[in-house]
Amino acid sequence: MEVSNEYAVQMHGITKTFGTFCALNQVDLDVKRGTIHSLLGENGAGKSTLMNVLYGLYQADEGEIYLNGEKVDITNPNVAIEHGIGMVHQHFMLVDNFTVTQNIILGNETTSHMGVLDMKKARENVKKLVEKYGLEVDPDAKIEDISVGMQQRVEILKALYRGADLLILDEPTAVLTPQEIEDLIGIMHNLIADGKTIIIITHKLKEIKESSDTCTIIRRGQYVDTVKVADVDEEELASKMVGRQVQLVVEKTPAKPGETIFEVDHLNVKDDRGLPAVNDLSLKVHAGEIVGIAGIDGNGQEELIEAITNLSKTESGTIKIRGTEIQNTSPRNVVNHKIATIHEDRQKRGLVLDFTVAENTVLEKYRTAPYSKGGMLNRAEIGKFANQLIKDYDVRPEDCANHPARGLSGGNQQKIIIGREVANEPDLLIAMQPTRGLDVGAIEYVHKTLIRERDQGCAILLISLELDEVMSVADTIDVIYKGQIVDSFKQGEVDEKTIGLLMAGGKQNGKDS
Amino acid sequence: MKKMRKLLAVVLAGAMAASMSACGGTGTASSSAANSTAGSSAAASTEGSSAATSTTGTNAKNFKIRMVTDTGGVNDQSFNQSSWEGLQNLKKSIGADVNYVESKQESDYATNLDKAADDDAKLIWGIGFAMAESIGKAAKANPDIAYAIVDNGYDAKTMPKNVTGVMFRAQEPSFVVGYIAGKTTKTGKVGFVGGIKSNIIDQFEYGYKAGVDYAAKELKKKITVDAQYAESFSDAAKGKAIANSMFSSGCDIVFHAAGGVGVGVIQAAKDAGKYAIGVDRDQAYLAPKNVLTSALKLVHAAVEDVSKKAIAGKSIGGQTFTYGLTEDAVGIPTEHKLMGDATYNAALKVEEQIKSGKIVPPANKDDYAKFGK
Amino acid sequence: MEKTAKILKKPITSTIIAIVCGFAVAAIVLAVAGYNPGSAFGALFSGIFSRPKYISNVIIKATPITLTALSVAFAYKVGLFNIGAEGQYIVGAVAANIVGYLCNFPPVIEIPLVILAGMVAGALWGGIVGLLKAKFGIHEVLTSIMLNWIAFYFSNLVVNSAAFHQPNSTAAYPVNASSYTMLLPNWKTSDAGMAAMSGTKWLREVMLKTDVNFGFLIAIAAAVFIWMLLYRSRKGYELRAVGLNHDAAEFAGIPVNKNIVITMLIAGALAGLAAALAITGTNPHRISTLSAFENNGFNGLSVAFIAGSSPIGCIFAGLLFGGLLYGGQSIQANIGAPSEIINIMIGTIVFFVALTAVVPKLAVRLEKRGMRNAK
Repeated sequence: MEVSNEYAVQMHGITKTFGTFCALNQVDLDVKRGTIHSLLGENGAGKSTLMNVLYGLYQADEGEIYLNGEKVDITNPNVAIEHGIGMVHQHFMLVDNFTVTQNIILGNETTSHMGVLDMKKARENVKKLVEKYGLEVDPDAKIEDISVGMQQRVEILKALYRGADLLILDEPTAVLTPQEIEDLIGIMHNLIADGKTIIIITHKLKEIKESSDTCTIIRRGQYVDTVKVADVDEEELASKMVGRQVQLVVEKTPAKPGETIFEVDHLNVKDDRGLPAVNDLSLKVHAGEIVGIAGIDGNGQEELIEAITNLSKTESGTIKIRGTEIQNTSPRNVVNHKIATIHEDRQKRGLVLDFTVAENTVLEKYRTAPYSKGGMLNRAEIGKFANQLIKDYDVRPEDCANHPARGLSGGNQQKIIIGREVANEPDLLIAMQPTRGLDVGAIEYVHKTLIRERDQGCAILLISLELDEVMSVADTIDVIYKGQIVDSFKQGEVDEKTIGLLMAGGKQNGKDS
Repeated sequence: MKKMRKLLAVVLAGAMAASMSACGGTGTASSSAANSTAGSSAAASTEGSSAATSTTGTNAKNFKIRMVTDTGGVNDQSFNQSSWEGLQNLKKSIGADVNYVESKQESDYATNLDKAADDDAKLIWGIGFAMAESIGKAAKANPDIAYAIVDNGYDAKTMPKNVTGVMFRAQEPSFVVGYIAGKTTKTGKVGFVGGIKSNIIDQFEYGYKAGVDYAAKELKKKITVDAQYAESFSDAAKGKAIANSMFSSGCDIVFHAAGGVGVGVIQAAKDAGKYAIGVDRDQAYLAPKNVLTSALKLVHAAVEDVSKKAIAGKSIGGQTFTYGLTEDAVGIPTEHKLMGDATYNAALKVEEQIKSGKIVPPANKDDYAKFGK
Repeated sequence: MEKTAKILKKPITSTIIAIVCGFAVAAIVLAVAGYNPGSAFGALFSGIFSRPKYISNVIIKATPITLTALSVAFAYKVGLFNIGAEGQYIVGAVAANIVGYLCNFPPVIEIPLVILAGMVAGALWGGIVGLLKAKFGIHEVLTSIMLNWIAFYFSNLVVNSAAFHQPNSTAAYPVNASSYTMLLPNWKTSDAGMAAMSGTKWLREVMLKTDVNFGFLIAIAAAVFIWMLLYRSRKGYELRAVGLNHDAAEFAGIPVNKNIVITMLIAGALAGLAAALAITGTNPHRISTLSAFENNGFNGLSVAFIAGSSPIGCIFAGLLFGGLLYGGQSIQANIGAPSEIINIMIGTIVFFVALTAVVPKLAVRLEKRGMRNAK
């Protein structure tokens, strides 16, 4: 494409390799000034790498970068900031016990003569920005006291405060509630109206449709296409991203719930700080049924899982599997009672990353025959089992059994975990955020597996922060708010809006929890 | 069988004696004469042998002396260092081939001694009584090498014929500093800090006590000695703690015979503005205003002297040399501004009496009990 | 180019490079200090290899540090930093000394008893650390350092106590001869032994002039055992899982705290074993007043580090370290260079091993350059 000053950013022929791995290969990106441009791709496609090159965190091996038609050499983030580029990372970089204003001016302090901090003036400047773009946030609140959505606004303000004309948002919606996402999209439009340019990194098709003007798709480090968002539908975007046809709608038959397998009764759990996190919570899961728990992060989901898996103690109430109480015993007891858990944090709780894939596949059953005998491991049996699992679940690369799990992509790591947990033939399968960070293709696979297990009579408890996921996969939807199940619906009974409201603490007409 | 072995030992010893005298050769005659005439004084003997350098020069240069330190290392500010200084003096004055091996652990003694033997050393020094056992074994394994050990004497009957013991009459300088302490104390209470109880440290303790008593008798007053042990030769903090408690309980002078522990003792004296008495070397440099004097034990002089005897081809094996005031291998420093001329001169008189045998300072508890009577 | 990069990526290569760099820096230091590096290294190598008995001494020197290194490496595999090997060694030595002095059974009973005493004491010392970590979450480095000093003073207390202090020495009474683990301790000094060996000089030298003992064989056996335990046994699977990711291990039902305690018990026992073998196998067969740490445990840290925490690697790293320690004395004895030079060399090697992360990176860069050139 011609280099022109109509474009805020033009990146041409960008190539970046890490060792033998080619993260980006001759990728082009042209972003018109005053537009919202999304960068779409699966995990590991090279989206973040491309943006890190633009922000000066990485140096491209090849290729040119033009800003407003002028060739630039961005050697480090300071240069990027000088050129008016601001980046909001997926993981916020804020000082928790500083106020909003302090965080915003950090590294760019307004000082009066003699180098004294002029907080008053700084605060005023921050306020001006807040008003201008509708980024409502209390300049004096401490970061630790405000919500994740607010923290994101602080990050955006920080970038604007430093004079950013081009904002890069890395997976900005991953941590937000549906309402917050809506607000964010509104803010983005305000920014565009003021002449700013925004690049948004995402793999969520719905948001692209809602927010962006144009979309560039990259796949495995290769440039695929740049499209006008208005001209394409989600299915088309998805196939361009994955490289094949994908089903976005989860196909399943109605559930045929059987006996009650799992029951939580009036459970109370305190969090790390000793505050009540799970509050008199009760729920039931039947055989052959998927119960989905919808809720905003931090409403007791984590504590509930920790209590069920016996990572933490309960205050009162019972947790029963097939009638046997298991609360306040040990994680091993939970495993022994045929409860399998796919933890949301697969790198922390799910896998021993420096173990081989084979070793990881027997993390629970290494003690049992035929995987160990007389205190010694039977490596041949473990290898056999691992290779079967790799084959069954289409883990790639297929010769990974004796390589560290660390080397696998997120999706393949998740396949190992799911395969392992399912192979334990559980009565109850707990899936917590099973698709977090996975791309469309992998998500499809995970959902299919959950439904297949359901159909074979397994009770499944799905906890997800993605409302879409709960709505489409679960047969019963429980809404959690402040540690309580505030309401319960059958699939198809309600719409997303009602549940979104309940998740945020609103009451539904006629129904009182 | 046993008899056989003994016989073998005698034969070997004989052979060694023969080889040694052969080594000495004819040229040494004059030097040994010089040594024997000047023998009463180590200082004199130094002059004697440097005068003889011209005649024994080639022999001395070929004469390999190796020294094995104890775990204190060569820079221990104590006898290892002093011994090494003695050997370095030898190198300077007559060009002997000297070197040392440092021991890091007690288990190093045997291997280091063995290494020294591999170096074709003619004389191997072991420093400190901790090495007595290892030296004994090494001497047995290498009957043609002469061994010498500082601070250890062997039983004359069982002593290997190629080992020389070097002992000091540490009770003599201890007696003198005890006398000085007795003359100087104002509170009538003085202290003694020992390292780990042993025969060697007994010499210091009882010599000192007897010296204090001697001064008390002269002054016709009562002076008590508070003696404590640090159970260490290296724990300076403990030395400081003991000395502090002594000073606060009324002592105004504390003498130490405790190696590195003494550094703490001297520090305590400095902090409290009281006096400490150093040991082995003149320790005034540690606290010039607080180190009253020091009980010198000039290991280097003894090491030099014995080494020279060996170089000169004299038979030194199977005996223990004892060094004291007479040999000028112990004493007190000449610097005496803290005690004043009167006390210093009185102390010198005491030294003379010890040399002449009028006073025999006790070296252990029993002798001390007799001394009091 | 590709081949070079491949070789550079192997951990052993980095270690060897580190060792070479250590020697290079030591050579520079020697040259600056006015000594000829060539003759210094000559002295070093002849001090290690020129006589069979020197090799024997190197092996003897390597025995305790190989075992303490194994202790450190093993704990490291379970995610614990056993800086307390020093203290575990000291209490092991005290216990072995006490038992070996008080008891006097025939060697078949006495030797295992004394060694067991050392191992139990070391295990206990390590177990305290494990227990405090498991029960109260107190970091093992903190408690280990404290326990090192407690062991240090405890040892001196025992040495100086009336019951064990040998008069006119700075040491305790040695253990009874029945606990000696040297090779044929009685036979070799007997007339029959002397006669049998009189023909072979090297054998006589090794047997009589060094404390050649079974210790190193036991160290090798221990290394193999630890390797089997870690990589072939069910327990080892648990331990490594705990070490690599205790969150995942806990989640999978592996009792993390129990395994921490077990690990520290085993690590402590290994350090105690090192001490017991030193007491039974080498002169003077006793403990003596410590004026400073003897570094048997701390050297183990360095050895484990050089070995990259590989149990089998500890054997070779232990020999290397033992060689440097023992042969290093020859540098000082033969050319008069201070023994600190050898410490600098050891320190430099450890330092470069710490930097070995750089080597694979270098390999990556090499590869990249190769690719660019190919284009």
